[in-house]
Amino acid sequence: MSENTLHYHFVVSGDDFTQAGTASSAVKKTLKQLGFDPRIVRKMAISLYEGEINMVIHGGGGEIDVFIDAEQIAAVLTDHGPGIPDIDLAMQEGWSTASEQVRGLGFGAGMGLPNMKKYADELLIDSEVGKGTTVRLTVFLSGK
Amino acid sequence: MLLREVLSTLDAELICGEDLLETEVHAACGSDMMSDVLAYVKNQAVLITGLLNQQAIRTAAMMDMVCVVFVRGKRPDETIIECAKESGIAVMCSSHRMFTACGLLYKAGLNGGMSVK
Repeated sequence: MSENTLHYHFVVSGDDFTQAGTASSAVKKTLKQLGFDPRIVRKMAISLYEGEINMVIHGGGGEIDVFIDAEQIAAVLTDHGPGIPDIDLAMQEGWSTASEQVRGLGFGAGMGLPNMKKYADELLIDSEVGKGTTVRLTVFLSGK
Repeated sequence: MLLREVLSTLDAELICGEDLLETEVHAACGSDMMSDVLAYVKNQAVLITGLLNQQAIRTAAMMDMVCVVFVRGKRPDETIIECAKESGIAVMCSSHRMFTACGLLYKAGLNGGMSVK
């Protein structure tokens, strides 16, 4: 990490769905305060929010690290949940393993990962069943 | 139309965001599934929903919307209202059901924000 990189760290609780999105809201506020183009802010905010929701619903919580430098905004979401057995399947719109309870809370329509892919310029997923999942979302400041 | 007119069109009660009532809005969306809102919404300013939790507010905030209308007579608790205030979102409650609320706003001039091909 270069000395010109800003770093923000968040701990995401897996116990309280009502608090899901707190980190994403804070990141959005920070990006706005830093004066980024609203389109850039929205891309990162939406993809990170979906990731944070997934982390709470499926991963039992975890940690989010956001890195900002002159070229990109990157968010790394790390959980120690059950992992994703088939990432290609999980990427399909409408595919979801969320419970009825989660659906009743407005999520679990199988749009989380597709939305993250849609809004982030780059989405990298590293997952191991039984160990957890790491997701890296990147938005390039120059567009792509 | 102005948010003030959204309020009167829906016979709604304003819960918070009085300072936003003169905000001009052109489009709205109605959904209880927040992932669908995040997937399909573009430049709509009003979210009409029956989903009564903080995620409705956060979703609207992520999409740069300015108002959430809770339909079917649902009333937000203090944590939801606080979240809305922090996010700069006006909150209204209407006793209309979703279909009726959307229809009334559409008839009054709001659109869905996207053309259907």
